Amino acid sequence: MPWITVCPLDELPRGSVRRFDHGGRTWAVYRTATDELFCTDGLCTHEAVHLADGLLVDYEIECPKHAGVFDIRTGEALRLPPCVDLETWPVRLHDGRIEIEID
Amino acid sequence: MTRYVIVGAGEAGIRAAASLRAAGEREIVVLSAEPIAPYERPPLSKPPDPDRGLLRPIGVDLSGVELRLGCSARAIDRRARTVELATGERIPYDRLLLATGAKQRRLACPGGDRALLLRSSDDARAIHARAEPGARAVIVGAGLIGLELAATLRVRGLEVCVVELAARALGRAVPAELAERLVERHRAEGVLFLFGARLEAVEAGAVRLADGTRLPADLVVAAIGVEPATELAEAADLACANGILVDSSLRTSDPAIFAAGDCAAVDHPRYGRVRFESWRMAGEQGRLAGRTMRGEAGELTALPWFWSDQWDLSLQVVGRCDPQRQAVLRALGSPGLVRFELDPTGGLAAAAALGPAGPVGRAIRLVERLIERGAVVPPSTLADPEADLRPFLRAP
Ligand SMILES: Cc1cc2nc3c(=O)[nH]c(=O)nc-3n(C[C@H](O)[C@H](O)[C@H](O)COP(=O)(O)OP(=O)(O)OC[C@H]3O[C@@H](n4cnc5c(N)ncnc54)[C@H](O)[C@@H]3O)c2cc1C
Ligand code: FES
Repeated sequence: MPWITVCPLDELPRGSVRRFDHGGRTWAVYRTATDELFCTDGLCTHEAVHLADGLLVDYEIECPKHAGVFDIRTGEALRLPPCVDLETWPVRLHDGRIEIEID
Repeated sequence: MTRYVIVGAGEAGIRAAASLRAAGEREIVVLSAEPIAPYERPPLSKPPDPDRGLLRPIGVDLSGVELRLGCSARAIDRRARTVELATGERIPYDRLLLATGAKQRRLACPGGDRALLLRSSDDARAIHARAEPGARAVIVGAGLIGLELAATLRVRGLEVCVVELAARALGRAVPAELAERLVERHRAEGVLFLFGARLEAVEAGAVRLADGTRLPADLVVAAIGVEPATELAEAADLACANGILVDSSLRTSDPAIFAAGDCAAVDHPRYGRVRFESWRMAGEQGRLAGRTMRGEAGELTALPWFWSDQWDLSLQVVGRCDPQRQAVLRALGSPGLVRFELDPTGGLAAAAALGPAGPVGRAIRLVERLIERGAVVPPSTLADPEADLRPFLRAP
């Protein structure tokens, strides 16, 4: 399970989300307003729209397309239309860089 | 075990079935007049997705639900609590949900039946089958479906003319500033518009207007709005008035019968009596009906929200727009625009946004949360494209 670098911490402001692509896959990496880091699958489970374009409020990411909502801590689909949860991935801060662990 | 019967397998019926199933119910029968597995309607008017085509199943796990396709309900016997099928078979229920949706209105003028309609996957297929590049299409009605279809046919290489009786596109549901920008976008792509145009007749190969204009047409589509499918309810003497009347928990005038989706005129706690015609509201009502049919408490509190995709522009509206309200505009990228509408106390009441999908989605999601919290945001902040509105979610 390698840890791979997403970006330096200061490139992801508090309360924002960014897209990270690696090896043909895509993730959404979040830094909350309270300075916690999370990572989920990048694409909404409804229609494959990227969640990095969505609105992050507290621990919820809202899909910009049809307003599906997911909990970024657990990946749980909280509101229609998606019924399938997102996968979540381990994140850490290492030497001032955000890293995620992927398989 | 309580026996649930749902008539209609659209967004409302399917979400209700899934919600009952998730709550552990085991006797759920869904009757669908359509012969194919439940599918999404919104893609039908948009350009077909190259990977997934027009027909997209509603992505819900229905295992454990008895889904009867090609099975039309003909009558309800409220005394005996049965639904009679077109075949004569009778299906007993303890709780019945009417999720029969809506039907496209036909043109009333002579030859009106020549115009195609767009509601089902069969309708969409019939339109696409006739959409030869270079062919001339006349779309009657500049509503959301008419405009989406105009873009879809134009992309396929047709000459497209939209004929509308009103002076502008999209009526009251979409603010004029946004509707105008959208029409401009269509015009830039070569779509023609005739506003204030009254239809006289649909003839073989042409459409004739009241002012004598004759528009040659290989394909005529009527997109002049929908009517709720209330026949079953009316025949069973359930209260109906532009929709099956239900309270905020989606109960009809018979406590064993509920209605949800485009067919239902709901007593919404915020707006009073409304019949919504949007995908999100159909799904939310379906899910709510799944709870209230089981006897759980619940009211329709979801705010109305809809979207439309045309060309590279996304349109989203949350709340109910009203041209009379005080409004604040905010730029959203170069062609983009948000219109925030305020209630008399200065609280956010509704918003509409047009522009690139991501910023439009983020803006509208945020407004939805602000409306739900009753937030008051100074107009100067709303107007400032750089101002982050999220801090107002936390204000008391
Ligand atoms: C082309 C098109 C594009 C759209 N695009 C958008 C969009 O971009 N955004 C948006 O917000 N909304 C959009 N909508 C609206 C949205 O799709 C509807 O609001 C939603 O589908 C309503 O769901 P429903 O379950 O209430 O009704 P429906 O989807 O109409 O389903 C009702 C079902 O009940 C069946 N039925 C009726 N009577 C009987 C009977 N007696 N027995 C058995 N079955 C019966 C019908 O055949 C139908 O399958 C669009 C609609 C159309 C037609
Ligand atoms: S694509 Fe995310 S909610 Fe539909």
